[in-house]
Amino acid sequence: MKTINFRGGVHPEYSKYITADLPVKVLPPPEIAIIPMVQHVGEAAEPLVKKGDQVKVGQIIGKICNTVCASVHSPVSGTVKAVEPRPTVNGHALLSVVIENDGLDAVIDMNPHPDPIQLSAAEIQKKIESAGIVGLGGAGFPAIVKINSAKDHKIDYLIINGSECEPYLTADHRVMAEYTSEVILGAKLLAKASGAEKIIIAVEENKPECIAKLTEAAGSSAIEVVKVVTKYPAGSEKQLIKAVCNREVPSNGLPYQVGVLVHNVGTAWAVAQACQKGRPLIERVVTVSGDIIKEPGNFLVRLGTPFKTVIQAAGGFTAEPAKVLAGGPMMGLAQYNLDVPVVKTVTGILAFSQKEVKQYDPMPCIKCGRCVEVCPAHLMPVRIELFAINGMWDEARDYGAMDCIECGCCTYICPSKRGLFHWIKLAKSKIAKV
Amino acid sequence: MEGSRLVISLSPHIRDKDTTQKIMFTVVLALIPVWAAATYFFGFNSIRLVLLSSITAVAAEAVIMVIRRQPVTAVLDGSALVTGMLLGLSLPPSLPSWMAVLGAVVAIVVGKQVFGGLGSNPFNPALVGRAFLVASFSKAMTTWTAPFTDTVTAATPLINQNAVSYSELFFGTTAGSLGETSALAILLGGIFLFYRGVLDYRIPVGFLGSAAVLMFLFGEDPIFHLLSGSLLLGAVFMATDMVTTPITPKGRWIFGIGCGVILVLIRLWGSLPEGLTYSILLMNAATPLINRWTRPRIFGQGVKTHE
Amino acid sequence: MNNALIGVLFMGGLGALLAVGLVFASKKFAIKVEPMIEEIETALPGINCGACGFAGCRSLAEAIAEGKAPSNACPVGGNAVAEKIAEILGEDQASAPSRKVAQVLCKGGNVEAAARADYDGPGDCRIANITQGGDKDCIYGCLGLATCVEACPFDAMAMNENGLPIVFEDKCTGCGKCVEACPRDIIVLVGEEYGVHIRCRSLSLGKDVRKVCNVGCIACRRCEKECPVGAISIIDNLARIDYDKCIVCGKCAAVCPVKTIEIQEGKSVIKPKKVG
Repeated sequence: MKTINFRGGVHPEYSKYITADLPVKVLPPPEIAIIPMVQHVGEAAEPLVKKGDQVKVGQIIGKICNTVCASVHSPVSGTVKAVEPRPTVNGHALLSVVIENDGLDAVIDMNPHPDPIQLSAAEIQKKIESAGIVGLGGAGFPAIVKINSAKDHKIDYLIINGSECEPYLTADHRVMAEYTSEVILGAKLLAKASGAEKIIIAVEENKPECIAKLTEAAGSSAIEVVKVVTKYPAGSEKQLIKAVCNREVPSNGLPYQVGVLVHNVGTAWAVAQACQKGRPLIERVVTVSGDIIKEPGNFLVRLGTPFKTVIQAAGGFTAEPAKVLAGGPMMGLAQYNLDVPVVKTVTGILAFSQKEVKQYDPMPCIKCGRCVEVCPAHLMPVRIELFAINGMWDEARDYGAMDCIECGCCTYICPSKRGLFHWIKLAKSKIAKV
Repeated sequence: MEGSRLVISLSPHIRDKDTTQKIMFTVVLALIPVWAAATYFFGFNSIRLVLLSSITAVAAEAVIMVIRRQPVTAVLDGSALVTGMLLGLSLPPSLPSWMAVLGAVVAIVVGKQVFGGLGSNPFNPALVGRAFLVASFSKAMTTWTAPFTDTVTAATPLINQNAVSYSELFFGTTAGSLGETSALAILLGGIFLFYRGVLDYRIPVGFLGSAAVLMFLFGEDPIFHLLSGSLLLGAVFMATDMVTTPITPKGRWIFGIGCGVILVLIRLWGSLPEGLTYSILLMNAATPLINRWTRPRIFGQGVKTHE
Repeated sequence: MNNALIGVLFMGGLGALLAVGLVFASKKFAIKVEPMIEEIETALPGINCGACGFAGCRSLAEAIAEGKAPSNACPVGGNAVAEKIAEILGEDQASAPSRKVAQVLCKGGNVEAAARADYDGPGDCRIANITQGGDKDCIYGCLGLATCVEACPFDAMAMNENGLPIVFEDKCTGCGKCVEACPRDIIVLVGEEYGVHIRCRSLSLGKDVRKVCNVGCIACRRCEKECPVGAISIIDNLARIDYDKCIVCGKCAAVCPVKTIEIQEGKSVIKPKKVG
């Protein structure tokens, strides 16, 4: 299948070479695991345990209590120390279950299945739901909700998203290279669960090793591995659908409305783990990189591990950090507290010195038009920023503020170093309130 | 960690290396071959006028910054320098110094600062200065010298159309304003700007293309017209000024073609031999409207679903 | 006849004809305006700040003329304007409601309240607030980026060196723009005669407040007990004054152990209201 180059996007310094070829190291479970009840888009899960309870690895500790919700499972075995608000990656203190590891790593009965492809669609859906699987590309949308919302629609394509476009991040790259058979199995399971006709695995051209391995593992099955242009944000769902099938998801709409579903390669891996090994989502691959990390690498980390523990495992800092990010440098969240735990939406931990993340004084806009040129959503960021600065929220909405995919391309490219996206985000929050 | 705090900000956390200042100084660099050619052909007059114009422009901006209670270091962004150099290069070699100084002051104060400074002006400041000078001192502004001499001549290519060969026009051995005669130097500068990503090809291609096509359709020599007068200088350096031109790709085509149409109209039927200043200024006035008309279709809007 | 005379007669005649036409048109096509609306609009300050709740002074003038708004609807104009409008309407002077001024209910500036991060971004409190929940340890406290000061159309606010906004009450008109601008709802509008304020909005437990600010309310309840008119109540770990009951005696401020409650100079005790 020939893919097209979607309009817009930028080419930042990728720096993936730092960790792209480093195999995944398994980190031991943390001494204290902090597991927030919301690690996904939607409502918080309801805690099922209280202080003093004993839990095992894989035990459910937070149950679904709403339509858009996901269950949460314990990544360690031990005693519940507390159920209280704790700082999380988005800067707010959220209700978390804090578990003290007893070192035994005792696991619940997981009910593995030798040939999960034999399961019916409904059975696969049940396993995905009870495993608490959410999109592992960083967005964290509950996988079962995605599948259920599309159930009355014909799904022509299931796209497995291997286009990890953020600089520095190589977690998906390693999942594709090392857990290839699980990715293929997960893709088939997801296709069955959602009734998709055709499976496509879309990988950016800068990962030839993954393309080769996936093509080989797909073998004679109907799964097609396609190459996508190497450009940020090729991995953005709507842009990827445009590039792969040349279909445009309607504004405020969802991919199933154009007959497509997209799941991250990591999500496919998690689905395979859940169906084949009965293992709920309790760990994920995280890239640790940046110019001041001593031994950058990719780690399979148990959820709930504090950031500082993961950074220690990567050798610690070689200099005073200026910024520590959860995620990539284009869309990631800057952290001020390194006690925050790794959660389902954390794709990477990046640490930078002052030199790499220079702070600029903004200059007046020179109407260069670069932001208009690079916006993947075809917006005019400079105009929306102007409206936001002047409190003109209606005009901001009219110019498409709510269609902003928050990729950061406009702010990245602006030569006057204006905080374009920052004002657009304010506009979005003001418009959403009305 | 104790003591030092981490920095928090909204994403993105990395930025492209290009800055507004770098863009401005790239334009200054691109103007150096043009200035060098002007100095080769017109000697000391070129140095005198361009230096005066540039220094006055920067000084005028510094004074206005003080009056506006803004940091004076803003002049270091290079935009006043670009305006000064462009204005200087568009002047006839024999212009009195005080007129160049006055023109630079008007260009910066009236053409830019009165509107709010960098980014806020609707009209190209260098052209505002030039239009002021033409309107106020039309005799001095329409008196040219032939290259390599100081003798005044009325025989610029546009006025005396048969007397010049293409190679003279291309290399610049004709009478005219300082920077406009050498097409070679201007093209060199333009290619440099394009390579550095500062020049959007749509405006010069639209401008020159539409001018050439229209001239051809009206029975004039398109190559002659492209190479003569300040068309090339304007199409490459002035019509491409980012602040006063549209921000959408489609809009830039409209802008370039519009400039070309107006230029042809003025050259063929207007009472002035040269139409560049007004063609660009008039299209500058239309820029906000063009921006509104060419709003790109937002991704996902106006599409049908497959339901 | 000579040409000059013809010229004069012709041009004069044409001018007179046009003048008659214009007078006719101005009378025939005139928009009937209630003269009262014009008078009221002239009496109003003309700032179009929207504090009255209408879309500008003209809208308010129309509403007052139609009886849809009271004569003292303009808080910016105060008593002076209310009197003039009442006169235009031919009403008895209704006293303007007491002027409200903005009070900033946070005392935790750079000295008292710790920062948990270095904020980099546009100097706007609303954006800082959505950046990881703000760079201040206290998630209820003032972020100090002066969005309220920028929003004030009357130059009635400024930032002090401690990173907190101060209100110049003589200039404040109670328009409410600063209240709207603050993303943490720290500013409230209170009648100008009230001179005692609990300057904190933190809903955190006392022990948690102490970790992030040394002048935050710890909900120790001493003020609640000391108040002679029962104007203070502690709700959600925060002491709050019910200004309708407050008599500005200042006794609560005297017993507050963390100096959260402030007494403003120059405001005097209000006669206690009759108790039921």
